[in-house]
Amino acid sequence: MTHSASLTRPGNDTAATNRAVILSALLALVLLASMGLSLSLGSFPTSFNQVVHALTAPQDSDIAFIVWELRLPRILLAVLVGAALAVAGAILQGIVRNPLASPDVIGITSGAAMAAVTFLALFGTGLSIHWLPASALLGAVFSALLVFLLAWKGGISPSRMVLVGIGLSAAMGAVTTLLIVISDDAAAMVAYVWLTGSLYAAQWQDVLGMLPWLLVAVPLCLTYARHMDAMALGDHVALGLGVNVLRSRLVLMACSVALAGAAVAFAGGLSFVGLIAPHIAARLVGRGFGRLVPASALVGALIVLYADLLGRVAFLPKDLPAGIFVSGVGAPFFVYLLHRTRYQNH
Amino acid sequence: MLNHCASRMTGLLLGLALVSAAFAASVMLGTTDIAPSTFIQALLHYDPARVAHIIIVTERLPRAVIAALVGASLAIAGALMQTMTRNPLASPGILGINAGAMFFVVIAVSLLPLHTPAGYVWAALLGALVAACLVVMLSRGRHGELSPLRVVLAGVAVTAMFVSFSQGLLIVDQQSFESVLYWLAGSVSGRELSVVVPLLPLFGIALLLCMLLVRHANALMLGDDMVKGLGMRAGTIKLLLGLVVILLAGSSVALAGMIGFVGLIVPHMARGLFGVDHRWLLPACALLGASLLLLADVASRFLMPPQDVPVGVMTALIGTPFFIYLARRKQV
Repeated sequence: MTHSASLTRPGNDTAATNRAVILSALLALVLLASMGLSLSLGSFPTSFNQVVHALTAPQDSDIAFIVWELRLPRILLAVLVGAALAVAGAILQGIVRNPLASPDVIGITSGAAMAAVTFLALFGTGLSIHWLPASALLGAVFSALLVFLLAWKGGISPSRMVLVGIGLSAAMGAVTTLLIVISDDAAAMVAYVWLTGSLYAAQWQDVLGMLPWLLVAVPLCLTYARHMDAMALGDHVALGLGVNVLRSRLVLMACSVALAGAAVAFAGGLSFVGLIAPHIAARLVGRGFGRLVPASALVGALIVLYADLLGRVAFLPKDLPAGIFVSGVGAPFFVYLLHRTRYQNH
Repeated sequence: MLNHCASRMTGLLLGLALVSAAFAASVMLGTTDIAPSTFIQALLHYDPARVAHIIIVTERLPRAVIAALVGASLAIAGALMQTMTRNPLASPGILGINAGAMFFVVIAVSLLPLHTPAGYVWAALLGALVAACLVVMLSRGRHGELSPLRVVLAGVAVTAMFVSFSQGLLIVDQQSFESVLYWLAGSVSGRELSVVVPLLPLFGIALLLCMLLVRHANALMLGDDMVKGLGMRAGTIKLLLGLVVILLAGSSVALAGMIGFVGLIVPHMARGLFGVDHRWLLPACALLGASLLLLADVASRFLMPPQDVPVGVMTALIGTPFFIYLARRKQV
């Protein structure tokens, strides 16, 4: 058993593990440095020293307000959302055994988007905007359940799930479009910006709302790392190794839905992060799930952080949605990825 | 299935009757109902002083013509794509052709002073071409075969890419956002007949190519070797059929925006009724596709009155259950 278990874990090789740990630590350092950089850039000119001063000795100054209330929550939310989307993507790609799966492709994002736009169209600004994340999350869970239900045929075939998800996203996308078309122009623009994915006006309570999802779902999916590695070799191999494939798949799916749903709830439809971050991470640390998850989270956080930074400072005085830049980088990278993996069987 | 030549002929005639009925319904039904006699009168003796005549000539008639034209084109394009890729899920909407055309139109509208379909149809055709090349390039396996799941995933990803690029452009340029939003959702309303005329040659070329290539398309279904038997290379045939698809889908997007699922559903219905022979299949697709979009457009007027629901939303709602049914049935 020990022998076969080690076979299923490509991460057991010590040299590779060390390399993965070092690379992940480096990524974490880069992320911290980038957060510092992002903190000191913005429409209001601030020097790095001023920012450090405002951080360490908070006082009633303009700079302290900008740093603590405007920039820091936004940066933290970008990091959390990016990490959540990336881990959600890594899980899905592992379950589906296809490098092209991601929360946007199989309909989780579009379910959340539909619910959020419904909320905006029905209540506008009447009801507190703080209920928007709750409704988006509900939409994500609802659509994931629907995908599962409709793809069920005496079991779950990953590819059937993907196809059903694609079909459902088309329908939910149609309803979203309908809602945007029938609401007035201003509300339509709000909904459209939300759909693209934006971290504009992020607040501390958003950060605190996002954090628990990561704290629960990421450790939970890491405990299933061995099962995931076994399932990567095929259902039969995993069953032979004593993995309860259906249960593992359900738990991991639930983690993925929770992470993607929460991310979409707080930042809108940022596409492509869940798709490309796991690939970049896999090139750095390899495919063992236990190493892939932390590295993906870091890469995803970096992507969203820089996309938001660009949107914030590159086109002043405009504050553009981060989603534009994520897709701008993500989509071409994705095409390259498809091209590179074109000889695989999937 | 209709097996004999005579019964297929009858089937096509019934299809023609269905299109005519749907066309009549499209002209007559709506917020103002119009009597058949008024319609004929408006065509023969147009009287600009009568409101009913104005509604017919400037609104209802163009709308019905565009719906019929676009429905037929998308259905034929879908059938040809399903033949070429041997994939039951192929269609201009799923494989990203429509999204590519849309993205290029959005670029053209926001950067150039183009506001009529005749102006930006070239952008739409270019976009359709780019998207088609991208999807084919991305989904080919080692031996040039197209794996079904991979083709669909490549198409969805290319769609996601073009849609998010368009979203970005529209958010930066809010002026165009309002003018193209309705069109983006897929709509056959609010266009004049004069915008269709410049596009007719394109539809004509596509139709002519279709008729010339019918036998080759049949052979292609049986395998690339069969095409060689007809004295042409499979690659050439695929290229020409691809050109037809791009002409049909690109012009349709220029006229009516993103209308999905017509190209997916109709070929399956037509194949169920008329079999796989393209000599029957393509005319059947044209008739059924035109009827479907005409009827969906009529239904869209009554879903949420007085608001006109974009017909693209209607086709997506009708098409999704069918797509899921196909996905469940297929052994993938």
